[in-house]
Amino acid sequence: MNASPKSLSSVPRAVSLGRRETRLVRAGFIPLVDASILIAASELGFAAREGLQLDLVRDVSWANVRDRLAFRQFDAAHMLAPMPVAAQLGLGSNPAPVVTPFALGRGGNAITLSVRIYEGMRQETGLSDTADALACAKAFAALVASRKEAGLSPLTLGVTYPFSSHNYEFRYWLAAGGVDPDRDVRLIVVPPPMTTDALEAGAIDGFCVGAPWNMMACERGVGRIVAAKQDIWPLAPEKVIGLRPDYIEANEDTVLRLVQALDRSARWCADPEHHDDLARILALPQHLAAPVAILRRVLAGEFCLDGKGTLRRIEGYFRFHGEGANRPNPGQVLWIYSQMIRWGQVAHSAAGEALAVSACRSDLYDTALGPDAEQELDPALFAATRFMDDLVFDPANVMAHVEAAAIRQQGHIIAGAPSE
Amino acid sequence: MDALTVLVIDENKIRAAIIERGLREAGHERVILVTTMDGLLRRILDIDPDVIVIDLENPNRDQLEHLFQVSRAAQRPIAMFVDRSDSGMLEAAVDAGVSAYVVDGLRQERVKPILDMAIARFNAFARLQRELADARNALEERKVIERAKGILMQSRGLSEADAFALLRQTAMNEKKKMADIAQSVVTAASLLL
Repeated sequence: MNASPKSLSSVPRAVSLGRRETRLVRAGFIPLVDASILIAASELGFAAREGLQLDLVRDVSWANVRDRLAFRQFDAAHMLAPMPVAAQLGLGSNPAPVVTPFALGRGGNAITLSVRIYEGMRQETGLSDTADALACAKAFAALVASRKEAGLSPLTLGVTYPFSSHNYEFRYWLAAGGVDPDRDVRLIVVPPPMTTDALEAGAIDGFCVGAPWNMMACERGVGRIVAAKQDIWPLAPEKVIGLRPDYIEANEDTVLRLVQALDRSARWCADPEHHDDLARILALPQHLAAPVAILRRVLAGEFCLDGKGTLRRIEGYFRFHGEGANRPNPGQVLWIYSQMIRWGQVAHSAAGEALAVSACRSDLYDTALGPDAEQELDPALFAATRFMDDLVFDPANVMAHVEAAAIRQQGHIIAGAPSE
Repeated sequence: MDALTVLVIDENKIRAAIIERGLREAGHERVILVTTMDGLLRRILDIDPDVIVIDLENPNRDQLEHLFQVSRAAQRPIAMFVDRSDSGMLEAAVDAGVSAYVVDGLRQERVKPILDMAIARFNAFARLQRELADARNALEERKVIERAKGILMQSRGLSEADAFALLRQTAMNEKKKMADIAQSVVTAASLLL
């Protein structure tokens, strides 16, 4: 492979870690484009330069990734940003502590509906091909209401995991349009690589997953993208590197090197000049096993919205680096916490806020990178960045955001979650 | 003590049957197998299991996680957790490629034998598959050695015993497996002859 990381020489070393032997780091990942930084770190020698042998293991479910990290089969894992937060809060079925020293960038999700449902929305409301995410959400709500009136069964929508950006983003989009995700539709879990087949077979009517699976459904003419993650909230967190606190304690030097390797890899992935090489690496059977051409377009943010070739380009659809994309951010974590409260996964408390924020180990990020560390996301950005329904999120007032939402669970805590 | 209802979810029908048999032999009467994931939520609600055993290769495992979290859709909540009765055992389970969910509050001495059995059967099944793969490999190797022998006999006028001896000597000299040398002969012959 001729993808030698040429930008490396221009990156100054932040911390001198001295000569050392190679150390093995085993990392689990799910085949998604947002595993790019991890995959490139292993494939292109960024990890080797830090004296690490980064062995990647592809897995099939987030629950496996969580358990294999907890039971030491993995040292590190590609995780959904809400997973460490849920772990620290003791939510879910196997909540062993997990924290993150590095975020794998932002962006990449989208909501796709079946062509049949989309046509139904057009007939119902005269929706235009260039309608924005909110207009699509309202049209979907109109369709849901008229189906209900006609006595038809509720539509079934797929997400990937209960503690996922996809779950919270799909719910946000639905509620912004006027659909109660717990009453008006059925939300189920579908593994990302199966979403297109499930949509085609009519097992689901829509889904929210990461790239490249939305694009795959559109290319096959079975789906229509109606919202991208950026449309819902441009600051929304996506994937992170998860580590066990006891692993960090026993291997701090290795963790710092891993963060350095990931930082170099993130810079490389962020350079559009490297996207041809990155697409080729991701396409390999042991990584995503997806067509290079689609991956190349996904990386460029070029969307084929439907099978008819309607195009849309989203600037920075993937942000692998820059604007604080890699630095674990407490404000984003608190938004995740707010959505857990909004949908009844947990009750609000000051202690809960502190536990949620404890998932962010930006101190490790700063120690590893020194002057190369990205600045924290500008706090003013939170006030300046509106959600699709015009709400904002103030990390200092989590409950204001929850209470401003018209549709939410009213203080109902889900069975199975440990009580506070 | 009430008999436990054990639900085994495994898309590998043979392995599912092996586990079912083991559970029945251990005295568990109420064992239900699910090998397809269609309508899983409905099935689980109908079956109302005390313990769910699922293989880790199953991408639908995240469906269960979702189900136990968002059970509001169901008439009655299912509170299930990954069994944490014994972290060493759970580690062995993950190593073997299986996981178990148990109803909250179920005592660990009732769950442990079930999971122990599942782990043993999963490991035995993996061993069986390895042996099968080895046997298949050995057969392939014998076939390629036969072909290489035939090529050497024809092209160099050797007897069968001499052709075999030549392959073996070359393998020893080059510190390679005989099957690899034989494969080279077959490949070279396909290019040259």
